[in-house]
Amino acid sequence: MNIKHALSPLCGVLVGIASLGLAANANAAGEAIHIDRHEWNYGGIKGQFDPVQLRRGFQVYQEVCAACHGLERVRFRNLVEPGGPQFDEEAVKALAADWPNQIIDGPNDEGEMFERPPKLSDPLKGPYRNQQEARAAQNGAYPPDLSLITRARGVHNDSPWYLHVPQMALDILSGYQEGGSDYLYALLTGYKEPPEGFELSEGMSYNKYFPGHQIAMAQPIPDEGAVEYQENAGATSSMKQNAEDVTAFLAWSADPSLNQRKQLGWSALIYLLITTLLLYFAKKRIWARVKH
Amino acid sequence: MSSHESSYEPKSATAKWWDERLPLPRLMYDQFVEFPTPRNLNYLWTFGGILTFCLVAQIVTGIVLAMHYVPSGTDAFDSVDRIRRDVNYGWLIQPMHAVGASMFFLAAYIHTFRGLYYGSYRAPREILWILGVFILLAMMATAFMGYSLPWGQMSFWAVTVITNLFSSLDQIIPGFGTSIVEWLWGGYAVSGVTLTRFYSLHYLLPFVIFGLVILHVWALHVCGQNNPTGIEIKTKSDSLPMYPYAVSKDIFGLFVFVIIFAWFLLFLPDYLGHADNFVKADPLVTPPHIVPEWYFLPFYAILRAIPDKLGGVIAMFASIAILAFVPWLDRSPVRSTKYRPIYKWFFWLFVFTCLALGYLGAKPAEGVYVFWARIFTLYYFAHFLIVMPILGSMETPKSLPGSISEAVLGKGSKSTTSSAPAGAPIGAPAAPEDR
Amino acid sequence: MTADVEDPERRDVLVIAASAFAAVGAASLIWPFIDQMNPDAGALALASTEIDLSPISEGQAITVMWRGKPVFIRHRTPTEVEEAKTVPVDDLPDPVARNENNPGSPATDQNRTLPGHEKWLVMIGICTHLGCIPKGQSLSDNKGEFGGWFCPCHGSHYDTSGRIRKGPAPRNLDVPPYSFVSDSTIRIG
Repeated sequence: MNIKHALSPLCGVLVGIASLGLAANANAAGEAIHIDRHEWNYGGIKGQFDPVQLRRGFQVYQEVCAACHGLERVRFRNLVEPGGPQFDEEAVKALAADWPNQIIDGPNDEGEMFERPPKLSDPLKGPYRNQQEARAAQNGAYPPDLSLITRARGVHNDSPWYLHVPQMALDILSGYQEGGSDYLYALLTGYKEPPEGFELSEGMSYNKYFPGHQIAMAQPIPDEGAVEYQENAGATSSMKQNAEDVTAFLAWSADPSLNQRKQLGWSALIYLLITTLLLYFAKKRIWARVKH
Repeated sequence: MSSHESSYEPKSATAKWWDERLPLPRLMYDQFVEFPTPRNLNYLWTFGGILTFCLVAQIVTGIVLAMHYVPSGTDAFDSVDRIRRDVNYGWLIQPMHAVGASMFFLAAYIHTFRGLYYGSYRAPREILWILGVFILLAMMATAFMGYSLPWGQMSFWAVTVITNLFSSLDQIIPGFGTSIVEWLWGGYAVSGVTLTRFYSLHYLLPFVIFGLVILHVWALHVCGQNNPTGIEIKTKSDSLPMYPYAVSKDIFGLFVFVIIFAWFLLFLPDYLGHADNFVKADPLVTPPHIVPEWYFLPFYAILRAIPDKLGGVIAMFASIAILAFVPWLDRSPVRSTKYRPIYKWFFWLFVFTCLALGYLGAKPAEGVYVFWARIFTLYYFAHFLIVMPILGSMETPKSLPGSISEAVLGKGSKSTTSSAPAGAPIGAPAAPEDR
Repeated sequence: MTADVEDPERRDVLVIAASAFAAVGAASLIWPFIDQMNPDAGALALASTEIDLSPISEGQAITVMWRGKPVFIRHRTPTEVEEAKTVPVDDLPDPVARNENNPGSPATDQNRTLPGHEKWLVMIGICTHLGCIPKGQSLSDNKGEFGGWFCPCHGSHYDTSGRIRKGPAPRNLDVPPYSFVSDSTIRIG
């Protein structure tokens, strides 16, 4: 039958072209550092952000990361919106009013720029006005804005070449794109004693997962003395729990529409499968009129 | 424009009034309803419709994005981020355009390989095929310039690297390449000025593609469609009217394609992109691994396989340009690879070569990767320049069915009464004998 | 595969159902493409504006921006307030106050202002005819026949309460939502 004839080249081409996509993700690295995959409750095709976890993650961001890193693509109002931490609006207004980093506004009627506390529509400013100020304060290192960090980092498909295509197919079918989260979690939990003979420069820390293993950021969440959660926070505090929560929070800040997108994904998929099936049978009916 | 008589009959007075003045309904009816399509088309022939869908989808989403995008070196990155965060449904429409570009190429490559497999480039379809090569080229230019617009790290460095290709012309006339590059940049380095002109051209080119597509479809409707046997339509029983037969098949094929599209769009919007492009362009820092989008990887591998700068650039452009000469390089007496027992293997070797080049294009240009990239680059060109002409004239094809109907319905069905040698494509030098 | 004899009725139902499903899907995709042109989340969230009224002396007016629109704030003299109060509402072309803080009320001068702050008139400075910005804010402006504002585009005259008195404009100038945070500060929005 001609469908089979059609499908054999089609399959070949599809699998083939798919492996191009694989290759696209398979960036080469000077030294391959394997990053373990972590279970994320927002991962895969079903995962959704858990507001309770995002609230814990925000607490870690606020108490740890915010000392150096801004989150300037996120606005205070986003903290209230569905799909995110969903804080109470009044609480966020109070949070904004007390935010340590002020908004530079102006000019006022005297022509002067002035500082004011942020409002709901303002971004979560970091402590530095610009990269130069940040570098001056941080011995030349630049703490990047974290708004997009989990999308701006990734992991490579480091399977051997003969497993590239199966691994890629698996990733596509399982909807895996949490590479950035995996990397960030590995980084936050990857501070170790440097191995024998490792030359660590002044002011740098050893990190198992950072490229080159020397990172200017000192261990942000200490092994002992992690950020304490409140009683009703839904998890007990630990370094790893802190790291997981703040990663989830930053994943949300990079991709705030994830919940909405995946929900639409499921309705779209169900609709498409039904319609495609109907179209298939309709096509069969039409072709039943002629020999083919 | 096509060989068959128009059977359109206006059904109302208004339709008649129109038909006498601007016979557009007649044109549509003749070309997209009554149009005879070979009855043996398989699902690979649904990709023409799918590609039309892709083009329209890219134009529509692109026009929408242009309403919100700010083409400036300082604001472009932020404006794309704002589209995703704040614009109503921006989180859906922006990735629709980005993922849509990948889907467009996926479909275009399948469409091209289909043409290569079934010999759709053979006479009298040379112009149809060459228009297709132009469309592919225009798509590549559009995609490249579109990829620069988010002005992330990968955008910026892709522009830098690709525009610098032209500096290789300095090897021919000293200074000439450099002037070309500066002309492209509008400065002495890639900057917001470059971005703005790329934006302008990125908006223009899709409409050029649209025009080329109209010519492509026109040429198709003059020659008629090729089909899996590579035998032309000879009698009425070889074909079916496009509507509802081909149309119902096309729509079903389109929806299957849309499922794949939707899967990437809604579950994996970042999968086909690069993490580095979520970092704002920084002219002072090059990312450690510059890798183009997946659809350019095979060509990128060819570029890097050649140890000479100008040679690499020439090879890369030649790898696309060579497609335009395929109608004359293929010397086989039959069109369809289906009837070519030896060439079939070479065809799949060629497909594998393209994929392998894609894989290698993403690897660093060092060590064993360079070796394999050279081997596959060699075969890429050998396939066109050696295998196609030589094997084409040496190979004995399998016997062709007498007609499309015979291929579909079996022998003994109403077959062709034509006295022409069975199955020989027009202009083919000799007909293979029946066994 | 061609042997199955089909009831033509049923065949049509299947084809129609499939086409309808496909059409509904395509149609539902249209909404995002329309909605994207609506004001985005950033514009909707534009903060309210606080304005210090103390520098505005009697008889003066200032214009501030709120949601991208000009807002007229006039510190009216007692004469202007008096003039505005004496006009019978029934004589007005638009008898509704058009005050977001007091919706649907009759267009008395009192209803156009906030209680206890009658000398302050706060309005969106956009002519209700076709959107020009009426003259009358600066002392040298033509204030029209009723001493308020005059729209130069098509000759609409507004009185000292911002009500339309003469000309093509259909409605009084709109009063935005605002409140007094302190005696000399208002918050619009």
